[in-house]
Amino acid sequence: MLYLTRKAEFSASHYYHNPELSPEENRRLFGKCNNPNGHGHNYVLEVTVKGEVDPRSGFVVDLKQLKEILNQEVLDAMDHRFLNKEVPEFSSQIPTTENLAIAIWNRLAPKLTTARLHRVRVYENHDLFVDFYGESS
Amino acid sequence: MKAYLHRRYRFSASHRLHSDQMSEEENRATYGKCNNPHGHGHNYVLEITVSGQVDPNGMVCNLVDLDGCVHREVVTLFDLENLNNRPEFRNCVPTTENLCAVIYDILKRKFSAAHLERVRLEETMKNSFEISS
Repeated sequence: MLYLTRKAEFSASHYYHNPELSPEENRRLFGKCNNPNGHGHNYVLEVTVKGEVDPRSGFVVDLKQLKEILNQEVLDAMDHRFLNKEVPEFSSQIPTTENLAIAIWNRLAPKLTTARLHRVRVYENHDLFVDFYGESS
Repeated sequence: MKAYLHRRYRFSASHRLHSDQMSEEENRATYGKCNNPHGHGHNYVLEITVSGQVDPNGMVCNLVDLDGCVHREVVTLFDLENLNNRPEFRNCVPTTENLCAVIYDILKRKFSAAHLERVRLEETMKNSFEISS
């Protein structure tokens, strides 16, 4: 079994708000992140896939295909976007880094055919990052 | 859905690696430059990993709680201190292995808002140590 990690960067804005809580509770819980005008990050995404090395190609995964899937499913959808307003998953969920990692996993997992998704790591900044290994982990 | 959250903190401290159970020669042979009697310092980077189910607010735990706990229980204890003078190292050498273990024990006792998975401590860009649950 071999693991291959591909990195990508995207910039997006978001804010945290739970409609089931009062405005005061939202402000207390989320602090500055509750500002409805949003704020932004340069996210760094690390996608790790796993699989056996194909004896013919020597690849775990076709990197060109992985890059296309990443571009299509993540970068086209999220880069330079307001996550709350422009990414459908976040019309009903708060776009925390945790939920962002889960949303990216759910977008990528069904698209990967040769190698399986092992880990989605999302850096909100250098000092804060989240790992998601799928629902079964 | 279970997710793993990693957060990095920084503190600077000095230490001297020296064991009273060894002779001067043995100390010098074991610890090399780190045995310099005047001590030396590092900018430590502390990486904490916690895990748990993502709650309805989209969080493994509230970062305010994690930051508050790590600052109060760890960073304020060691930042800009000489580790050899700290009570935690009265009976053990303040190697980064031991410092990592001390921090793990503190957070295991003091942080309950999510499961403590790992404490990883970078002494320099080249050296890091970690303890996992």
